[in-house]
Amino acid sequence: MLKIDNLHVKLEEEDKQILKGLSLEIPAGQVHAIMGPNGSGKSTLSYVLSGRDGYEVTEGSATLDGQSLLDMEPEQRASAGLFLAFQYPVEIPGVGNMTFLRTAVNAQRKARGEAELSSGDFLKLVRAKAAELQISPEMLKRPVNVGFSGGEKKRNEILQMAMLEPRMCIMDETDSGLDVDAMRLVSDGVNALRSPDRSFLVITHYQRLLNHIQPDVVHIMANGRIVKSGGPELALQVEEEGYGDLLAEAG
Amino acid sequence: MTATIDLEVREGVDRETVETVQSMGSYKYGWDTEIEMDYAPKGLNEDIVRLISQKNEEPEWMLEWRLEAYRRWITMTEPKWAMLNYPEIDYQDQYYYARPKSMEVKPKSLDEVDPKLLATYEKLGIPLKEQMILAGVEGALPSPGVDMAIAASEGRRVAVDAVFDSVSVGTTFKDELAKAGVIFCSISEAIREHPELVKKYLGSVVPQSDNYFATLNSAVFSDGSFVYVPKGVKCPMELSTYFRINAENTGQFERTLIIADKGSHVSYLEGCTAPKRDTHQLHAAVVEIVVLEDAEVKYSTVQNWYPGDEEGKGGIYNFVTKRADCREARAKVMWTQVETGSAITWKYPSCILRGDESQGEFYSIAIANNMQQADTGTKMIHLGRNTRSRIVSKGISAGKAQNTYRGLVTMHPRATNSRNYTQCDSLLIGDQCGAHTVPYIEVKNTSSRVEHEATTSKVDDDQLFYCRQRGMDEEEAVALVVNGFCREVLQALPMEFAMEAQSLVAISLEGSVG
Repeated sequence: MLKIDNLHVKLEEEDKQILKGLSLEIPAGQVHAIMGPNGSGKSTLSYVLSGRDGYEVTEGSATLDGQSLLDMEPEQRASAGLFLAFQYPVEIPGVGNMTFLRTAVNAQRKARGEAELSSGDFLKLVRAKAAELQISPEMLKRPVNVGFSGGEKKRNEILQMAMLEPRMCIMDETDSGLDVDAMRLVSDGVNALRSPDRSFLVITHYQRLLNHIQPDVVHIMANGRIVKSGGPELALQVEEEGYGDLLAEAG
Repeated sequence: MTATIDLEVREGVDRETVETVQSMGSYKYGWDTEIEMDYAPKGLNEDIVRLISQKNEEPEWMLEWRLEAYRRWITMTEPKWAMLNYPEIDYQDQYYYARPKSMEVKPKSLDEVDPKLLATYEKLGIPLKEQMILAGVEGALPSPGVDMAIAASEGRRVAVDAVFDSVSVGTTFKDELAKAGVIFCSISEAIREHPELVKKYLGSVVPQSDNYFATLNSAVFSDGSFVYVPKGVKCPMELSTYFRINAENTGQFERTLIIADKGSHVSYLEGCTAPKRDTHQLHAAVVEIVVLEDAEVKYSTVQNWYPGDEEGKGGIYNFVTKRADCREARAKVMWTQVETGSAITWKYPSCILRGDESQGEFYSIAIANNMQQADTGTKMIHLGRNTRSRIVSKGISAGKAQNTYRGLVTMHPRATNSRNYTQCDSLLIGDQCGAHTVPYIEVKNTSSRVEHEATTSKVDDDQLFYCRQRGMDEEEAVALVVNGFCREVLQALPMEFAMEAQSLVAISLEGSVG
């Protein structure tokens, strides 16, 4: 599904290399987690894959289902099935959450040559999915993320994910700022979306999220590269020992 | 259940915006109508003033009024205080009167109007046949004015006065309005048929000597709309005027006079468009509104004159004086404007709050893109006790445009216990445009309160990226963010206007990103 090969990325503004030959492959249906110390380039990876401005790819490739992501506009990547759950979801004053969702859903359907959802179908769908995430009808009417608590913002990201039904979900520190209950809600939402033709890349600092969302593979990232990959036990090791030994081992 | 319905309506509105952005070209009303015209000779002098008066078959007093204005005008100089930059206007190089030949003999009813003119309005989405309005219109372009199809589908009707260059082509629903006692006709007809009302109120809000452009208008106005709503009458339908400039090198100088007698209510809509021309065209209008005791007037404008091209070639010079006088106690007026057109906009719809406890409101969206320049705002003149005013202004600048909010709030010594609240927000798109806020505040008593809040922000790259990551293209994303920014004002518009305004916001900003 997602294949990243020898990816080198630098900041556009300054001559600073962030990713230095990162390679990663996530087959369909799998959940991969990336852990790593601050400044290892985890968030950069999520931004480069989703097409945010400010980064320059100097070498390497990234493909989704064989299509090169790096040549596409952000919205084309989205319609191709790439979804990024933001670490800091953005506020859009004056734009109703429901309006935003509906515009997004229909924009993607249109881009894929599908018919737009009717008003009735859309409402039915959004209500059902919102209820699962304990998102109130009132929250659907409020402006996008404006005045939302940390937990509400993250649940809202998962609601968007559920509505857009992406093939490849990247979650950038979705657990940051969540209390135990919110973490469970978010994880349940994500687990409900797991399917044989959908993959996840979960970026996190902490192992505890991975108790709720069981990964197939855990990668340790440091200094712009994957330095070690393994099973879920690798996350437990990090939790117990920190990154020190792992990084020393990887040189 | 109520909540659901409300939600669905709003959803629909936003979807409309997005669809329109995707389906529409830039300026949709830039075509012209090929029609034989009668022009007055080029230039301006007393003979031209006399000619206009004669063409309108006016009584002597009206001609004198015009001549007085003209004689004053030639002693005046054009105001230069606005933040607007444009080459000297040659007032002698314009036509001041242009009338379709077929209008020489005034049609007695809409059935007699030249089919070409009817077709023009049809194409603009303003059908002038009453039965068609009732049936709803299919296939018409979304109109820059009143969306008849929506009005009809809601079981609401809108009466239209259609002004083409210098003359009123026709007015719909006149008979039905007359049954309610409402007079709705062209101002030239009102001068002939209701001289007592015109004499009493014309120039009573905007005097002939008010300002350079209003004085020019007083001398040469050729047509416009007249409304009188009698005591205690709630106007049974919305009224509207649709202004179309068609002829080349011709100025449009319309004059609108609205009188809401004691306890009456009326909602009035105004729409404007013009063909794409390489040369600038002058538009200097005057709108006067008289609001008597306990009466209420809502005046909404969607101004979509041709804004000129990306290099600033062509476009309308729009110098407009609009003022409402809340002459008696508890009179209420609300201005709502969406300004997307014109190369130059100079316009300050104002409220004189003379009556005790009278109220004035001003809601504005002003968008300037490419080389457009807008200097617009409002004046709230508090003269009566316990008067209230509210100003919500949203200015959006893109391209190389300059957008200025200029406002005056004044509390006179007698206007005790009065309140004003002003909110003035500017949004910048790109790094070559400008936003300016020039508020003047004068408080001459100790019991009144004036609040002013202002913000300036840029369309945030993070917001755009967030929208695009969810699948919207860049223009859709900008339209969504900007519509969010304008939300409070869009919600103040009548439904028929709100949809159109949303799409206009999007279209006006086309090409502003990327």
